[in-house]
Amino acid sequence: MSLARRLPRPGLLIAAVVAILMLVAAIHPALFAGGGPAEGDLHATLQGPSGRHWFGTDQLGRDVFTRAVHGTRYSLSIGAAATGIGVVIASGWGLAAALSGRVGDTLLMRAADILLALPAVLLALMVVLITGKGVFGVTLAVAVGTAPGFARVIRGQALVVRRSGYVNAAVGLGVRRPLIIVRHVLPNTLAPLLVLATVTLGTSISTGAALSYLGLGAQPPTPEWGAMLTEGQGYLGQAWWIALFPGLLLVAMVLTVTVLGRDAQARSDGRTS
Amino acid sequence: MTATAEPGGATRADTRDSDEPRPASAVVLEVAGLDVRFGSGPGQVHAVRDVSLTLTAGRCVALVGESGSGKSTLGRALLGLAGPNATVTARRLHIHGADALAFGPRDWRTVRGRRLGLVSQDALVALDPLRPIGREIAEPMVAHRLVARRDTGSAVRALLERVGVPDPEQRARSYPHQLSGGLRQRALIASALAAQPDVLITDEPTTALDASVQARILALLGQLKADGTGLLLISHDLAVVEALADEVAVMHEGSVVEAGPVAEVLTHPHHPYTVALLDAVPGRRPRASAGGPPGAPRAAGGGADADGDPLLVVTGAVKHFPVARGARRTAVDDVSFTLRAGETLGLVGESGSGKSTLAGLVLGLLAPDSGEVRLAGRPWSRRPERERRAERHTLQLVPQDPLSAFDPRWTVARILGEALAAVDVPRPDRRTDALPLLEQVGLTDAHLDRRPSALSGGQRQRVAIARALATRPRLLVCDEPVSALDVSTQAQILALLRELAGSLGLAVLFISHDLAVIREICARVLVMKDGRIVETGPVERVFTDPHHPYTRELLSAVPGEIGRAARAGTVPSRPAEERTEMTEMTEKN
Amino acid sequence: MRAAIRPVVARLLGAVVVVWGAVTCSFGALQLIPGDPVNAIVGTNALVGPEQRELLRERYHFDQPLFIQYADHLGRLATGRLGDSYQLQQSVWTVITNQLWPTVELALWASLLAVVLSVAVTVLTSGRSRWPRRISSLVELLVVSTPAFWLGILLLTVFSFHLGWLPVSDTGDPRSLVLPVVTLGLPIAAILTQVLREGLLTALDAPFVLTARARGLAEHSVRSRHALRHSTLPALTLTGWFVGTLLGGAVIVENVFARPGVGRVALQAVSDRDFPVVQGVVALSAVVFVVVAAVVDGLYAVVDPRLRRRTGMVAA
Repeated sequence: MSLARRLPRPGLLIAAVVAILMLVAAIHPALFAGGGPAEGDLHATLQGPSGRHWFGTDQLGRDVFTRAVHGTRYSLSIGAAATGIGVVIASGWGLAAALSGRVGDTLLMRAADILLALPAVLLALMVVLITGKGVFGVTLAVAVGTAPGFARVIRGQALVVRRSGYVNAAVGLGVRRPLIIVRHVLPNTLAPLLVLATVTLGTSISTGAALSYLGLGAQPPTPEWGAMLTEGQGYLGQAWWIALFPGLLLVAMVLTVTVLGRDAQARSDGRTS
Repeated sequence: MTATAEPGGATRADTRDSDEPRPASAVVLEVAGLDVRFGSGPGQVHAVRDVSLTLTAGRCVALVGESGSGKSTLGRALLGLAGPNATVTARRLHIHGADALAFGPRDWRTVRGRRLGLVSQDALVALDPLRPIGREIAEPMVAHRLVARRDTGSAVRALLERVGVPDPEQRARSYPHQLSGGLRQRALIASALAAQPDVLITDEPTTALDASVQARILALLGQLKADGTGLLLISHDLAVVEALADEVAVMHEGSVVEAGPVAEVLTHPHHPYTVALLDAVPGRRPRASAGGPPGAPRAAGGGADADGDPLLVVTGAVKHFPVARGARRTAVDDVSFTLRAGETLGLVGESGSGKSTLAGLVLGLLAPDSGEVRLAGRPWSRRPERERRAERHTLQLVPQDPLSAFDPRWTVARILGEALAAVDVPRPDRRTDALPLLEQVGLTDAHLDRRPSALSGGQRQRVAIARALATRPRLLVCDEPVSALDVSTQAQILALLRELAGSLGLAVLFISHDLAVIREICARVLVMKDGRIVETGPVERVFTDPHHPYTRELLSAVPGEIGRAARAGTVPSRPAEERTEMTEMTEKN
Repeated sequence: MRAAIRPVVARLLGAVVVVWGAVTCSFGALQLIPGDPVNAIVGTNALVGPEQRELLRERYHFDQPLFIQYADHLGRLATGRLGDSYQLQQSVWTVITNQLWPTVELALWASLLAVVLSVAVTVLTSGRSRWPRRISSLVELLVVSTPAFWLGILLLTVFSFHLGWLPVSDTGDPRSLVLPVVTLGLPIAAILTQVLREGLLTALDAPFVLTARARGLAEHSVRSRHALRHSTLPALTLTGWFVGTLLGGAVIVENVFARPGVGRVALQAVSDRDFPVVQGVVALSAVVFVVVAAVVDGLYAVVDPRLRRRTGMVAA
């Protein structure tokens, strides 16, 4: 029984609405927040939440709400791009393992095992070491972190499909191997992966923000949520709102994606939510 | 009832003597007008409708029906275990004189195991796989405070001995996966007997077992009945019922449609469903010709084709599979046979005997390690796949589980289209060409745009046959084509296969574990054991005069036969039985 | 006798392959880094002449062919020498061992918290009534969706800055361990609870549970004697993830709470491009993973007799 199934249906509805709002905010933040994310009013620094500044202002007098809304696109795009890259790398990797001979399979899967043995954060740190700090590096780092796990799933699924009755039947009909792969193996292998990717998207967003928080991703003037938290942490005693609100939005985003992803998973497993 | 029974019932006679005397005809359970419903509102399922039963010590009542008829649900409802979503109502439900309709959870617990025991199908999962069987068997005694936890050892040993498990001391410490299927089932029966219930509810007690083991378990149940335990036997298998039951109730869609003494119901059925069910039992159906199996005359009358070169020749085929750590298992060991055009050849053996591997070799899906397969006078196994591809249409497979043999995303039209494409039917014509194929197997154009998951088991198997026929093959390999189907559907599919083979002049290699099915459809039979062909010959000869001891064992294991033997008092003696099961175990070792 | 040794040898070989692979991976990654490795040693404010650069190049063997460097590297690792840090004027071994205990302490307490909490919540919420389960599921979902660094910041804001109950950073006071342990352990507990509950519900649907109930066993006995043990099996498969999360989480938690530890060293090393330290940390975590995996394999056999090798027959 999946968790999504035990959630009341309103949960799913709220998640869908929040997802749409966040998507809009990511594409066109000006709809929600008037000013620019870098505009500061040095006469109004570290002000608490009020009717004028919903989320308060930071140490440079910038409106936290405006910055947080503008930050939506960073987290969302880092998470989505990383998952996308991860899926592409993993598809090649997993399918190659499943469709190549025993030696190739062993080598490729051993490599995945080795990468899985390292903590994802450490792997990400090594990638950032190569690419240098920045949004691109973090995106790639998160992608590399998810790829080996995906590759295992794809390989497993591909092997199941390859040994399935319908592939055997196609062989028995004399259908050519490349045609069998395109017609049966690929679609039946990749469909479950899309669901898995949705479920993982939440984790990717979260990891991306964590790396930015550690100072490896988007750098401070950028209104990325993780980076905003780093800035805000210095003012926890005086101005809790600087760190609180971006984090709250981050939680909302991860929660939304997770709920939608689990629902998709439940549906694809044949259990309607 | 006193709760101070003998520890575990060292022997049955002792317990009975020291216990309160129980009249032989004591009614243990009486139920009238029982209904079970699942869920509520419009989605409600009415699983059991207005069923009445009486269970008595020392007698066996059978509940027969196909899967989904509600018989297992009924069995559970009698134990108060129909599940959290179920609503159980009845006019009357008395267990040992107490009104079970008023039972709270605590009352039910005093009844379960103590008055009514449960033996379910497949002991591998019905016994906790993480605990030794000794602890499982002791559990009911401890739960009902019959024996102190630390004193259960001797009682467990006595129970294991009673159900015929050799070396009980040792076996009590074994885990379910370490035992053979038969011993496991015996252990499960022992655990159900541990708190000395008056009635055992046995839900398909022999279904997951091989035929020869099945027979021995039935003999054990017969022995228990003779010792005074009442039985509620839930089964889809009429042969099992015939062997054991005194009375039978036939269930169909939740209702009992016919009930009465076994002899009467099985010989003079009144309800049309009972008649259909009986007709559907392989081997019970009237034969096409009295003298021989239906395939024989056709094969003989097939003309030049039958006398000409054989269609399929397998010579000395060997196939190994690697198992853990460098060892290998020989799945097919030096097998040779021929199959002529228009002939239906049966291949029978128990699970794991290598039948499916042999099918893979014939189909060219596996390559033999040595030996050869020739098709239509030309090499088959020794040719590269590239050359073989063009001729694959000459032989097709009808699989056991058609659902997994179809791409789950595809509709029937597309599935058949792929097969038609293999014989170069151009794309625009495929849909129109698919229709006659469907009609040939008794389906209509209404099925064309459905996905396999939206079809019933029988319809799926029909689609599988239609796909196999699409390439106009000369040879069909049927790998257990009916074993996943209900009895009545089985009969229809077998009739369809027989008719098609006749009218199209197909050669059929028919693989089954079920002797009755083989006998009905085949002219000649190969008996396979441990990868080897141990006996071959015309099907009637093999059935009436088996040469190999294994064939004889297989035949004696057909439940109907063992039932008759059990009734006549000639139950196979236990020592022989132990020996076979011990061998079975050492093989697994 | 040989039959008994073989699996052990295979196991050891597998472990060596994983560690070797991780080490090779980190070596390869460092070669991919653009720029002169000497820059990483002398820093960006390079007031260093070409002769001195040449000397450094020789001292760190950068002048050797890549293959020789690799072989050298492996040889040194095999004999336990991890090299010297570029920045800290200490051997990598000293750097890591000095920082090891705070991380181990944090990880052990967090694991304990996660295991105890998840088992307790699973058992308490697996009853007949559905409401405790629903509420608990909602809380789990919330915790799982909360990034650890923000959870840490939230806890700091509430308990340290506003309530003043707990210290803001590591003071050596045992109380300073509370928030980091909760931050690291809580998300793990949430996931573990989900897996345990799923396992428990699956086990409760299994045929052997029906058999146990039909014996007249009370519901709590059915759960404690049969179902709970089964529910731990899927949880054990999570171990790899568990170890990774502890180590990765340590990087974040140690930074949020400004605690010393291996995670902080790793992050600092990446920022400073202190390659030998990075390699040391990678090798260390691979070894930890391999050791934990071996321990868990043992645990599996304790829980599940079907996986024991020498209790007679192997499952067919």
